[in-house]
Amino acid sequence: MTQPATRAQQEAPTPAAKSAGERDSSRRPWLRWDVRTLSLLGVLAVLVAVGGITAPDEFLATSNLQLVLTQASVIGVVTVGMTFVITSGGIDLSVGAMVALASVWATTVATQEFGFAGILFTAVIVGVGCGLVNGLLIAYGRMVPFIATLAMLASARGLALQITDGSTQVVSVKSVLDLGSRDSYVLGVPPLVLIFAAVTVIGWLLLNRTTFGRRTVAVGGNAEAARLAGIDVRRQRLYLYLLSGLCCGIAAFMLIVLAGSGQNTNGNLYELDAIAAAIIGGTLLSGGRGTIVGSVLGVLVFTTITNIFALNNLETAVQQIAKGAIIVAAVLVQRRSPHGDS
Amino acid sequence: MARTPNTSRRALLFGTAAVSAGALLTACTSNETKDQEPAAENAPVADDKPGKQVTIGFAGPQADHGWLNAINDNAKSRAKKYSDVTLEITEGSNDTAQQIGQIQTLINKKVDVLVILPADGKALTQVGLQAMRAGIPVVNLDRVFASPQAYRCWIGGDNYGMGLNAGHYIGEQLKDKKNAKVVELAGLDNLELTQQRTKGFDDALKNYPNIKKVARQAADFTVESGQAKMAQLLQAQSKFDALWNHDDDQGVGALRAIDQAGRDDFLMVGGAGAKSAMDAIKAGDSVLKATVLYPPTMAASAIDLARALGQGKGVGGLAEFEIPSSLTLYSAVVTKDNVDQYLPTGFI
Repeated sequence: MTQPATRAQQEAPTPAAKSAGERDSSRRPWLRWDVRTLSLLGVLAVLVAVGGITAPDEFLATSNLQLVLTQASVIGVVTVGMTFVITSGGIDLSVGAMVALASVWATTVATQEFGFAGILFTAVIVGVGCGLVNGLLIAYGRMVPFIATLAMLASARGLALQITDGSTQVVSVKSVLDLGSRDSYVLGVPPLVLIFAAVTVIGWLLLNRTTFGRRTVAVGGNAEAARLAGIDVRRQRLYLYLLSGLCCGIAAFMLIVLAGSGQNTNGNLYELDAIAAAIIGGTLLSGGRGTIVGSVLGVLVFTTITNIFALNNLETAVQQIAKGAIIVAAVLVQRRSPHGDS
Repeated sequence: MARTPNTSRRALLFGTAAVSAGALLTACTSNETKDQEPAAENAPVADDKPGKQVTIGFAGPQADHGWLNAINDNAKSRAKKYSDVTLEITEGSNDTAQQIGQIQTLINKKVDVLVILPADGKALTQVGLQAMRAGIPVVNLDRVFASPQAYRCWIGGDNYGMGLNAGHYIGEQLKDKKNAKVVELAGLDNLELTQQRTKGFDDALKNYPNIKKVARQAADFTVESGQAKMAQLLQAQSKFDALWNHDDDQGVGALRAIDQAGRDDFLMVGGAGAKSAMDAIKAGDSVLKATVLYPPTMAASAIDLARALGQGKGVGGLAEFEIPSSLTLYSAVVTKDNVDQYLPTGFI
């Protein structure tokens, strides 16, 4: 990881590199089927084959595919937000805590009285609010993202614990619960998966087809060069953490639908899962390169592994070891690819 | 800040439970015979009458879970009941070093008795020894220290018994069924208590050769993990007859997954004794038919024991001059038949 990162940093300072980046994005194909993405698709294909062989009756059943996609949805939405932050050279360690806080705040009895809209609105607002604090601290308070979001992790989890007093807040709003039931599937697709798909498409368009996306990449490639090129780096950073908070708010709502409750332990270790998915997807941890498609594939790889292991009744310990091995393998494959340091 | 009315409801609930338990205790003691009695009958026994002032230090893990939260509430409300008890309570922590520091602070404050629920029993053994050497008796709550020298008295639940009783209940329900299949949704696998619960369950099932455990997945004691792991289990096992879930908190998620999958072809037994689980058992409209208790009231009992220790008294109903060195609670099976009796102890 260090090698390509350093090289990217060395290349970026020259204005030529930046303008090349701008030019590049204007004629970028719809999808970059580079070796990185293809290798990830290969991993996924192997996993599907393994699943189909080891649990032929269960794995390829429609209900199981629906399950895998549903389980990928919540963490998937968080990962899309995380991809933007990492692309800009930052990191957001507070995503899990923001999901927890948004979910418990949205499921207090007071909020539940306002029904579906109340829960959705509260979850999103709390997520955006936390993201705003992160953004202000990092962009205008000049705090290192690692530290600012670490502080948010601690305080949001603390606040979530205080709001719930450690207890589980069960949701009684029927319209929210119904969104997770089989009856609400659209042509066999669960609504949560549709939300995930929508967030993915919007995220992809935002990163690859807008000025906002180009600025994100530029800030991550070299913040100083971006500033000299006339980009308001600080405002851009503020927006990026806001975006991550927004994704966490949406994810919190989705988790409420899925689990039917708010609990301060919600979103546990999401930060690590989201970072891992983005990294194996091909987003550069040091910034300057990000891929939404890769991140989503990364999430799907992890969810599929978990699914296959559960279908074959393997232990948690084995699952964790395999997860670690996959991360290492994916990164090694990417480094060997010709585009490994592009 | 938005806040649920849970706290007040819970306080009310435990207040009522504590008062009724107190009333029961008084009723028992007032029935003592006045006849000629052996020496042991004269043993001083802790009762509700105010005695010597006792300062009890309480150190527990972070209450980030319904059951642990109920532990704290039980300890606090029971201590409030006694005018002769002062409770010094530390901020809960799952960090071993931090909890050691907190207990050392309580030792330095020279509290009379310590009640410790260690986040990790083995890791906190040394500080238990330290307290005992400093002349402060320790009541070890639930997660047991590695050395008996580190505590004067241990009180806790029976994890093995939970599994055993859950297994026996399921066994009795399915004993006439050929080739019955059961599934286990375990708790956090890196806690020793999870292994004990599983061992008890497996041992009980050995009595029923017609039953086979076909799958076991571990969750994290959280609603989210319960939902996720249960959804997987349901996918993996298209047909089974019974499910044992180690924990009612993750059971909220498990029930949600069962509901989402539209399954109702098996019976489910929970663990710990959450109010939501007992409500569901009482309503009888879900797969949840029973829960095996792991009562958080043990914290209230720990305060009773600590007070008796501080006052140098024994326990009412027992002949001994001192409190016992170890007390294991019974993991009763709560079903629709007896749920009303246990409902007041259900934690939120």
